[in-house]
Amino acid sequence: MSENVILLAVDGSDGSKRALNHVRRRAELGGAKVVVAYVIEWSPYSFNTPEENAERHSRRESEIAKAHDTVVGPALSHLSEGGIEVESVVLHGNPSETLIEIAKKTGAAQIVIGRRGESGLKSLIFGSVAGNLIQTAPIPVMVVP
Amino acid sequence: MNRIIIALLATLAFASQAQAGIDESINAFTAPIAQFVGTVVFFKIPVAGAQLPLVVLWLVVGAVFFTVYMGFINLRGFKHAIELVRGDYADPKSSGEVSHFQALATAVSGTVGIGNIGGVAVAVTVGGSGATFWLIVAGFLGMSTKFVECTLGVKYRNENPDGSVSGGPMYYLRRGFQDRGMDGFGKFMGTFYAVGIFIGALGIGNMFQSNQAYVQLNTVAGGALDGYGWLVGLILAGVVFAVIIGGIKSIARVTEKVVPFMAIFYCFFAIIVILLNITSLPMAISNIFTGAFTGEGVAGGALGALIIGFQRAVFSNEAGIGSASIAHAAVRTNEPVTEGYVSLLEPFIDTIVICTITALVIGTSQVADPNFAGDATGVAMTSAAFERHMSWFPVPLAFAALLFAFSTMISWSYYGLKGWTYLFGEGQMGQTVYKVIFCAFVALGCIVQLGPILDISDALVFLICVPNILGLYFLAPIVKAEMEAYKAKLETGEIRKFA
Repeated sequence: MSENVILLAVDGSDGSKRALNHVRRRAELGGAKVVVAYVIEWSPYSFNTPEENAERHSRRESEIAKAHDTVVGPALSHLSEGGIEVESVVLHGNPSETLIEIAKKTGAAQIVIGRRGESGLKSLIFGSVAGNLIQTAPIPVMVVP
Repeated sequence: MNRIIIALLATLAFASQAQAGIDESINAFTAPIAQFVGTVVFFKIPVAGAQLPLVVLWLVVGAVFFTVYMGFINLRGFKHAIELVRGDYADPKSSGEVSHFQALATAVSGTVGIGNIGGVAVAVTVGGSGATFWLIVAGFLGMSTKFVECTLGVKYRNENPDGSVSGGPMYYLRRGFQDRGMDGFGKFMGTFYAVGIFIGALGIGNMFQSNQAYVQLNTVAGGALDGYGWLVGLILAGVVFAVIIGGIKSIARVTEKVVPFMAIFYCFFAIIVILLNITSLPMAISNIFTGAFTGEGVAGGALGALIIGFQRAVFSNEAGIGSASIAHAAVRTNEPVTEGYVSLLEPFIDTIVICTITALVIGTSQVADPNFAGDATGVAMTSAAFERHMSWFPVPLAFAALLFAFSTMISWSYYGLKGWTYLFGEGQMGQTVYKVIFCAFVALGCIVQLGPILDISDALVFLICVPNILGLYFLAPIVKAEMEAYKAKLETGEIRKFA
């Protein structure tokens, strides 16, 4: 069964919309199950003010709710329209590491992610999620331009 | 608002010219207050030729008790504390919540302040090299006190309707005593503490910080800022105002991110100075040990050195004051005791590592040249010790001092605010009133001199130790039961590493 699970990484960008459309077409053809994942960038090792810490829990809740409402929810209904079996995950963490964890847990056969096309300098310094995934993922990664 | 500020500036500028220094007049006003508050809080009993303030005895006995009662948690819990901070036990499901690392980093930013640079110099000036030894001992014992207060801080915190949390001694004193059937007493203790932390926030977490930042800036400027304390104070107050009232988070964010690097930068150069003074190091270390037990040249001898060392350690790492538990309470965990473990690293980093390094910088410089600092004390003395080898160092040190002072002020503005909201509710209007008062005291801190300021500040901080530690005694069995239950879960594997 795991051969037929596709992990779709979304972030609400145009690239991720193109990836969504691509996955819908592939899944309709091959009858795959799609796991839609949104990773909210977050590090447990950042430095915060006491006030930020005190408000953290409610912030987290609203971040997750926002991800569901604006990105994951619409993606799920778009896929369901095509009669595709879907599942969703919203997590905080390092995007590429967390996506790989999700892929392992859901037994995904491949990861599909949209290209953001960020400018040279920014991706040179910080790298890109798609780039990191290609370097580190244990399963094939498809980058949708 | 602008008009008020301009008017205030004009008045202050005029006053300073007309009276040839508004500073003196305020000093004349605060000195008697300092003396009075100091006499009441530091009520002393003569013991073997030394003057022992009862409140210091209160803290030492408390710290020793908690160390023994919790089975030397400060030693035995150390490894587990590191594992928790590293995230070994972090449940991926709760990612996005405040991590143990973040809670510790925030609390450490609040405690690593001017005390680590200037307070140690004060200790060595008044209590001799031996005070350093007792400072380290106090840091070690203080780890246990922190463990108890931070566990309670998480256990008894309050969750507000908007999802934010408020915790700290006022909450655990009230609800902890309530649980033990002492409702009225709990209410009284909670209120007493809340009043204390509010006033203390204006002293240790505010005036002392801005004062020392000004002193260091003035030293670097070669005295060019003499008589301009009011101006530096107003600028500092303005920046604090922008952050805590204006809500300009970017300033706070930058500070919180830069402070850890400043601390590392400071320690790095401090170690270089110690290495440059390496020939004096054995003598400096031997002075620390002999001074601790002979108290040579110190009023009150060894006991005098011990008193000074403990007093400075508390002032620096805040163990027993309960303030840090306000910051630690923000962590969401099913096991409050885990935050206790994490918090015991705080006195370790603050006192045993950073203060000791400062003490060695001063100690080795003293051995090499007994009069290296002249009459200077506080931050200026530490600065002079660095200057012997690196003439440029006072400038970055002034910058570091300013940032340490600033981050400590931001943290303490929050602690004081929590005391205030405990008393007057979470209303926005009241919070703004508090914040304005806080900013006014930032400015005031630059105007009065170190003497009376340090006395008032010290006294207020020691005052809130009284209800806090009394509460800790009563609630320690609860913490112990939590700790035993947690340890059992670790052993049976019910709680294990995720990794």
